[in-house]
Amino acid sequence: MIRSGAQIVWESLVKEGVEVVFGYPGGAILPTYDAMLEYPVRHVLVRHEQGAAHMADGYARASGRVGVAIATSGPGATNLVTGIATAMLDSIPTVFITGNVPSKLLGSDAFQETDITGITLPITKHNALVTDVRELARTLKEAFAIARGGRPGPVLVDICKDTQQAKCELEWPDSVDLPGLQPIPFPDKKGLEKAAELIAKAERPLILAGHGVLKSGATRALVEFAEKTDTPIAMTLLGLGGVPASHPLNLGMMGMHGEAYVNSAIQRADLLLAFGMRFDDRVTGNLATYAKASKKVHVEIDPSEVGKNVAVDVAIVADLRATLEALTPALDPASHQAWRDEIGRGQAETRTRDILHQPDNGHLYAAHVIHDLWRATRGDAVVVTDVGQHQMWEAQYFAHEDPRSLITSGGLGTMGFALPAAIGAKFARPDAEVWVIAGDGGFQMTQAELATLQQERLDVKIAVVNNGYLGMVRQWQEFFYDKRYAATPMLSPDFVKLGEAYGIPGHRVTKRAEVLDTVNRVRATPGPALIDFRVEKEEAVYPMVPAGANLDAMIRRPVSEEVQA
Amino acid sequence: MKHTLVARVQDQPGVLNRVASLFRRRAFNIDSLTVGQSEVPGFSRMTFVVDAARVPARLVEENLRKLIPVAEVHDVTHVPTVDRDLALIRVKCAPGERGEIAGLVDIFRGKVVDVAADSLIVELAGDAAKLDGLLELLKPRGILEMVRTGKVAMVRGAAAGNGNGNGN
Repeated sequence: MIRSGAQIVWESLVKEGVEVVFGYPGGAILPTYDAMLEYPVRHVLVRHEQGAAHMADGYARASGRVGVAIATSGPGATNLVTGIATAMLDSIPTVFITGNVPSKLLGSDAFQETDITGITLPITKHNALVTDVRELARTLKEAFAIARGGRPGPVLVDICKDTQQAKCELEWPDSVDLPGLQPIPFPDKKGLEKAAELIAKAERPLILAGHGVLKSGATRALVEFAEKTDTPIAMTLLGLGGVPASHPLNLGMMGMHGEAYVNSAIQRADLLLAFGMRFDDRVTGNLATYAKASKKVHVEIDPSEVGKNVAVDVAIVADLRATLEALTPALDPASHQAWRDEIGRGQAETRTRDILHQPDNGHLYAAHVIHDLWRATRGDAVVVTDVGQHQMWEAQYFAHEDPRSLITSGGLGTMGFALPAAIGAKFARPDAEVWVIAGDGGFQMTQAELATLQQERLDVKIAVVNNGYLGMVRQWQEFFYDKRYAATPMLSPDFVKLGEAYGIPGHRVTKRAEVLDTVNRVRATPGPALIDFRVEKEEAVYPMVPAGANLDAMIRRPVSEEVQA
Repeated sequence: MKHTLVARVQDQPGVLNRVASLFRRRAFNIDSLTVGQSEVPGFSRMTFVVDAARVPARLVEENLRKLIPVAEVHDVTHVPTVDRDLALIRVKCAPGERGEIAGLVDIFRGKVVDVAADSLIVELAGDAAKLDGLLELLKPRGILEMVRTGKVAMVRGAAAGNGNGNGN
């Protein structure tokens, strides 16, 4: 079977089960676009390649399958970079395909030539430049295997234009033979025994549940473990949804904007069970004072994460679900009533500070908006956030019951992520209710994708939490830079009119009483919609651990001021 | 402390770039890096000497393993190895001093491989301590130019062939 390189690209995608790709054509990828018309893969034309990358990422996060984006050489390829780095930092299985100039022009600074494999070397799990059409099928098969395997991640395949045009006998490699692609190890017996010993001895154990819970499909195994050992669970941002928020052992989020009682529990625990999380600086605060009272067990798929930030007593390098399924049956049931009561007292104290429990002062707070979004949907929605204050409020006020119901850029913190990632998520889960929650700043970074949304007739609802500031940066300026608001007040377009310009119905909400009604009205109408929520301008996300401070040295919401207001 | 890591890597374009990029990005401190052919066609062998003061050598090892073209990595610091470093040293030498320098070099089992009117080139292979020893002695005479290959290492005797980086 003689095929061109361009045809091999699509043959490969079809063989890998790819149904949709996100992309933008251009000179160096034109042969591949020409061949596309012969294959049953849906192509979504984006408005900027960064959007394509986030869509592939959002698709992968929502489904667990590999997301694919395509771009041309030069600026097309470099526009992908932010999206690739976003996928890298959160370990999202994605494949990026770029065209490059004809192989004989490589290195000549030809028109729209960039060394995209060089540029993306540190932000991909792997990448490859293909100049020989006979290598193409194998390289693409490897790309998918690498993207999915072990700790997942982005892989970029750069294909020269003449390679796309060249023809060869298409032969599928039977299997992938990559010496460096390590199989996922089974949990080792010794590690399991040592972990079981520590668990049996612990009086104040605490689970730190991360993204790995979602990635390994460990929700049920984790809940069984926690129930049998009566161990409370603290969640990382990317772990949210991995354990139902309503589960009585689920304490909520840890870290910089985690609940104060959660961070305090981490500091007072005598055993931390780190399950599929990597002790990021946003969850540890000052490492020198982090969780000094505890022994630590780390279950992690990537051995290079073990001992990177925090020294641990037992490390199990394996799939989390397999580990828990091996570990739980070996444990005796336990009760930690006193420990849970102690945490519960902090929980009660936190509730008194919660803005939802403050008297209505007529102001609209982002927390109200997000709480009402949750009330309207009962949490049965895929929420895709941008990055900033609204992201943290979402994590605090939207209770996630299911894995993959929150899609957010954690590691890289990429503003502009939400809208395109939500488009990708909607393709992955067409039957799910999908909401974008974005700030006015981040939304403007990729709002051009409103055209993509409309063009694809996707039913995605958008909540712009509009406070007229780059809110999180303003908050840091308020706390740490003496309220000198350098470059954070921001002018925005009329988002209602903007939506309408794209044919997307727009609504504006300025009062707390209007939130639920408007949300429900929008939900009852099929098709995309945008709501511009004009929220309190200078509200801060509480509590907060200042960067590098001790985890339990948190800035709390003042109690009295709100009550008296 | 210094650790010696030995890796077997696929011999393909860009592999050295990947390794170098990893060391740069993670700020791993590298003393020397050598690359050359191995006994297996299609695979090169790399020897790294890394300073593990800031980052544990195990993390360097695990990060190297994550690179797709890297087939194996072993830390051979604590197993008996044969270590070799090769130096070429051009040292100032008046015609009357040649015999004396040749004598010194001979004690270290080195060789004089080139002689010019006022200098000569010494070749010396050995472990780092031996090279440093001769360099100390030659320094007062004036070292005009020097190149060292960096360390290569191979596990000795019975420990070899058990996955210590000496083959499959």
